[in-house]
Amino acid sequence: MSDVLLSTRNLHAFYGNLQVLHGLDFSIATGGVTTLLGANGAGKTTTLRALTGMVRTRGDIVFGGRAIGGFATEDIARLGIAHVPEGRGTFSRMTAEENLQLGAMTRGDRRGIAADIERVYAYFPRLAERKNQQAGTLSVGEQQMLAIARALMLRPKLMLLDEPSFGLAPRIVEEMFVILRRLNQEEGVALMLVEQNAALALELADQASLIETGRLVMAGPAQDIGRDENVRRAYLGY
Amino acid sequence: MAQQDISFSDTAVRGLPSVEQNSWALWGTVLFLAVAIALPFFLRSFVVFQLTLAMIYAIAIIGLVLLTGINGQFSLGHSAFFGIGAYTAAVLMDQFGVSFYWTLPVAGVVCFVFGFLFGLPALRLEGIYLALATFALAIAMPQILKSSLFEHWTGGVQGIVLIKPDAPFGLPISSDQWLYFLTLAIGLMLAVCAMNIVNSRTGRALIAIRDNPIAARAMGIDISLYKTLAFGVSALFTGIAGALSGVAIQFVAPDSFTFNLAIGLFVGLVVGGVQSIPAALFGGLFVLFVPNIAESVSKGLAGAVYGVILILVIYMMPSGAAGLARLVADKVLMKAHRKGPR
Amino acid sequence: MDLFLHQVLAGLATGGIYACMALAIVMIYQAIDHLNFAQGEMAMFSTFIAWQLMQWGLPYWVAFVATIVISFAAGVLLEQTVLRPLHGAPVLSHIVVFIALFAILNSAAGFIWDYTVKPFPTPFGTQPLFGQGLMSAHDGGMIAVTLIILVLLYLFFRHTRIGLAMRAAAANPASARLVGIRVGWMVALGWGMAAAIGAVAGMLIAPVVFLEPNMMISILLYGFAGAVVGGLTSPLGAVIGGFSVGVIENLAGTFIPYVGREMKLTIALALIVAVLTVKPSGLLGRRVMTRV
Ligand SMILES: Nc1ncnc2c1ncn2[C@@H]1O[C@H](COP(=O)(O)OP(=O)(O)OP(=O)(O)O)[C@@H](O)[C@H]1O
Ligand SMILES: [Mg+2]
Repeated sequence: MSDVLLSTRNLHAFYGNLQVLHGLDFSIATGGVTTLLGANGAGKTTTLRALTGMVRTRGDIVFGGRAIGGFATEDIARLGIAHVPEGRGTFSRMTAEENLQLGAMTRGDRRGIAADIERVYAYFPRLAERKNQQAGTLSVGEQQMLAIARALMLRPKLMLLDEPSFGLAPRIVEEMFVILRRLNQEEGVALMLVEQNAALALELADQASLIETGRLVMAGPAQDIGRDENVRRAYLGY
Repeated sequence: MAQQDISFSDTAVRGLPSVEQNSWALWGTVLFLAVAIALPFFLRSFVVFQLTLAMIYAIAIIGLVLLTGINGQFSLGHSAFFGIGAYTAAVLMDQFGVSFYWTLPVAGVVCFVFGFLFGLPALRLEGIYLALATFALAIAMPQILKSSLFEHWTGGVQGIVLIKPDAPFGLPISSDQWLYFLTLAIGLMLAVCAMNIVNSRTGRALIAIRDNPIAARAMGIDISLYKTLAFGVSALFTGIAGALSGVAIQFVAPDSFTFNLAIGLFVGLVVGGVQSIPAALFGGLFVLFVPNIAESVSKGLAGAVYGVILILVIYMMPSGAAGLARLVADKVLMKAHRKGPR
Repeated sequence: MDLFLHQVLAGLATGGIYACMALAIVMIYQAIDHLNFAQGEMAMFSTFIAWQLMQWGLPYWVAFVATIVISFAAGVLLEQTVLRPLHGAPVLSHIVVFIALFAILNSAAGFIWDYTVKPFPTPFGTQPLFGQGLMSAHDGGMIAVTLIILVLLYLFFRHTRIGLAMRAAAANPASARLVGIRVGWMVALGWGMAAAIGAVAGMLIAPVVFLEPNMMISILLYGFAGAVVGGLTSPLGAVIGGFSVGVIENLAGTFIPYVGREMKLTIALALIVAVLTVKPSGLLGRRVMTRV
């Protein structure tokens, strides 16, 4: 329907000599929401890491018409891919607001940054209350919010989210997914979502991919994947 | 700066049956022993003396392996325990006429106590802070030894002159050769002890504390006790080495135990491979010979040459001689394995 | 009481030296998350460069500024060449390389400029500030410069974006890359700044202790002591720590009978251990709070 923002061809990824991804082909539409499902150890985190140059890769990655395979992580970030890593990656010794400032490190427009901080606080009012608190002392949920807020500060075209619901109470998870949907719709940010909570992820996503031991085994519209017998049994539990 | 900063890359998976490795280790040990026993009969007595010193450093480095490699605690202050060991032996021999052989266990015990006591405040320190506190100990030691408070025993700046024991039972070997064999025997015994510690329940507790203190505590391991014990045992090894060195050099003086020695031992530990007990011997040889080699390259720039060698060694052997040896051995064994029957 | 005050004043004068060094140490610790044992030797080498420039006829302040610039560049270069290959290596390897740098710089300085003690000029003059020669104008100037650097550093780290980026790169390199910070350059910049501050420290210290290749060894130790007492993460703590070490060293030397004078160093070091034991993160160090 819409044009392609990011696509990979024959993507391999390695930790040292250990190969973890064995030739993935997938694409993400501009402004779309894609979810990546798979069992523990299937290679979901590694896929996200491969996209942002955090592991050694082989194969093609094209983002916004540009081949970015082999680029340094910081250069990929500067092109507009914000990665909210597994374990959140907040700067725990700095305040919440400093974390947000860091999120905008690639940008030069002081005024725009200040405005964005206010806008982000509007999405996450709880962070505004805690802006001078050390990030490491925030609650797990608040830290996750902060991580997403920090990623937003980059003004990304694509946001990669690695299990954002991990360790959060169900109510907070729902709250967060509402915000993610708004971000996608109001800001036009494309999302690539890795989730344990497959039901929620499939509800939010328009496309879904299923990965098993480093290989893509299924891909298509989220609704179709959600209806698939095997997926339902393995990931949705009914 | 938590402890997980130390990455222990030696713990790599090895893909070979352990029986084969054991037999290699056995043959290696036999070969080593044969060479080690034969050497003193072929070398000049000064070289024999140097090799004795290298083994002594190796014993001290084993102490560091236990502390740093196995338990994950830093020390840049082991010259202090080395010095305490040497002085304990020297004062006992010089003031109280105790036989040299008896001073060794006493030096070990004294250092164990000092190490244990130092380990108590060290419990609260981690990583770089512990490195600094131990460094402070190394700096302070020569001053303490020089102090007029203890001058009566230690001889102050003058130090104490000692006499090398002759070979007993009328053995037809020189005192240098005798000390060499004695050091070899003690070194082997201590190395075996150290390996047994590593493979025991205690060793597993020490490793668990290194790898994940929180989990170790949850498993019911008394972290404080084991960490202070590790300090004590480590100091014990180093103290015995110190006592041996005093007699080998036939002289102890405060300035033999400066932080240069501490740094030398630390370098020996890293260059050998922090987790390997046999590699301590490589460390000992490095500590003794590399400065001499540097000096022979350029007298004026000896320190610079030494520094360059160190940097190159770290680049080329990031996990020490032990890591390199393992890599080579695995390659060779793999090849042999593939060629073999089946 | 009079004696006490005098000794405090004299202690502040020596403490200024330690504070200066402690500041350089904390600076690099912030930037690279490691303690650089070669830092004193780097400062010593810079000071020799300044001396050489003045020998060639450059006026003091020109040599001063040139040395800072050269040291900054050398610090960046050192990081890019020697330390870059060590990225991700264990702390132990780093310490060994610092030891190696220590040996190289010390020996090279001795080789180039020999080991004779050389006088080094002071821009502040040597006349006494408070009479009795307890604190000279130079000591006063040194303290003032230390405090100025402290304020500048504070402003840099707290209120500039690049300062924030440097702190982030040191604290969490992986996350820093994800927000687009060029971590490699931040680390190099940290080395450059530390070398430059070390150069200032060396040039201010040299008039007091005289210039020779081993001038920095004990000062580095006291600097470490100061940095640790203050908490390695706080520049202000480092300065306060440096002054306290100077004062305590002096008071101990005067008032503790017998051991005081001989074992000044030991007492200063006992102080480090004592402070660390009571308060493992130093007086002003930030307790790292994390939730699991
Ligand atoms: N740093 C690493 N070094 C070596 N192997 C790794 C590393 N990280 C992950 N792996 C391996 O790569 C494989 C894929 O891991 P990955 O983290 O991508 O899985 P995942 O799908 O995200 O799983 P989970 O749902 O548990 O987070 C696993 O077999 C894992 O053991
Ligand atoms: Mg994962």
